[in-house]
Amino acid sequence: MSFINYSSREINCKIVYYGPGLCGKTTNLQFIYKKTSPQQKGKLISLATETERTLFFDFLPIALGDMRGFKVRFHLYTVPGQVFYAASRKLILKGVDGVVFVADSQIERTDANIESLEDLRINLADQGYELERLPFTMQYNKRDLPNVVPVAELDSLLNPDKVPAFECVATSGRGVFETLKNIGKQVLMELKKHY
Amino acid sequence: MSDFVMYEEEFRRVDEELRRLYQLANAKLVFLVDKNGQLIASAGDTHNIDTTALASLTAGNIAATGGIAKLLGQKEFSILFHEGDRDNIHISIVANKVILAVLFDQRSSLGIVRLRVKKSTGALTRILHEMDKKALGEKRGRAELSPFAEITDEDIDQLFK
Ligand SMILES: Nc1nc2c(ncn2[C@@H]2O[C@H](COP(=O)(O)OP(=O)(O)OP(=O)(O)O)[C@@H](O)[C@H]2O)c(=O)[nH]1
Ligand SMILES: [Mg+2]
Repeated sequence: MSFINYSSREINCKIVYYGPGLCGKTTNLQFIYKKTSPQQKGKLISLATETERTLFFDFLPIALGDMRGFKVRFHLYTVPGQVFYAASRKLILKGVDGVVFVADSQIERTDANIESLEDLRINLADQGYELERLPFTMQYNKRDLPNVVPVAELDSLLNPDKVPAFECVATSGRGVFETLKNIGKQVLMELKKHY
Repeated sequence: MSDFVMYEEEFRRVDEELRRLYQLANAKLVFLVDKNGQLIASAGDTHNIDTTALASLTAGNIAATGGIAKLLGQKEFSILFHEGDRDNIHISIVANKVILAVLFDQRSSLGIVRLRVKKSTGALTRILHEMDKKALGEKRGRAELSPFAEITDEDIDQLFK
């Protein structure tokens, strides 16, 4: 649910990074935070456990610039990926405008990816959304590791609808901004349809 | 998609009501947030406070306790109160739609804040309802004013430079 304020001339959109535990969602936000100029970003808020696993969410507001006199801002959230945080994940999806699914490319995380994607569908359906009708970008993360599933296989396992997909190494930043740009564009194009 | 659209006129009235509450409750800060964590308006001294983060965390707080309420088979906890050693915060839900938070210290009291929040909730509810009606009606009528009306791919690309 985007928030359009005609008084302060702002448009705020909510983007959620989803995916299995340790796939690199928080790392995506950390990289974006690191590479964005101070005027463009707010604080990166991380509600995490002592071992740096996301407990509730990470939050990063970024300002993109002006569009027709309106300030465009994205509010980026990550969900906690660990299976037992299901209830929290559902809450964070409330009012989402676009979703990035961060898949962990490692062979041994294949099942975790599939389960998390299914979990995403169910949680969205609970809120009355359909993944197919939502701006959606796929990210294949950890491409730097030796034991990764080939992209073509990830495509057929996780991306039957062929939404835009990006290979990524979140720790070095490869593909991080490409992913963000893509989802941001999809969200704005979707808003355009409605207004 | 049920987007939240705020027009000039309603914004001014919300702003006015928040300022009234701020004064009458003797608060340090009063702010209104939508349930997804976007700040709508505030009154008081926000100089040393990151209101964007505050808004997101307040909504997260309401969402988490709402989740607890649901588990317990209850609608929602419509009021939350957190007591600190210096500042306290009173959080409540208005019109099932937005979150009103009042930050106060020993210069005020929970009793006063409660009373004033109750009064303001009525006023804010009326404004929000009118806003909803208006948003529905104007979605078509004011299309030419929409920032999206003639937006092009290039406009969007430009944002991501
Ligand atoms: N080699 C490699 N490691 C990565 C990459 N991205 C993230 N990591 C590492 O993976 C670990 C987990 O990353 P996080 O970003 O915390 O994972 P998360 O998805 O937020 O995990 P949860 O909060 O539990 O859901 C960290 O040690 C990261 O440094 C990558 O592209 N390559
Ligand atoms: Mg995390």
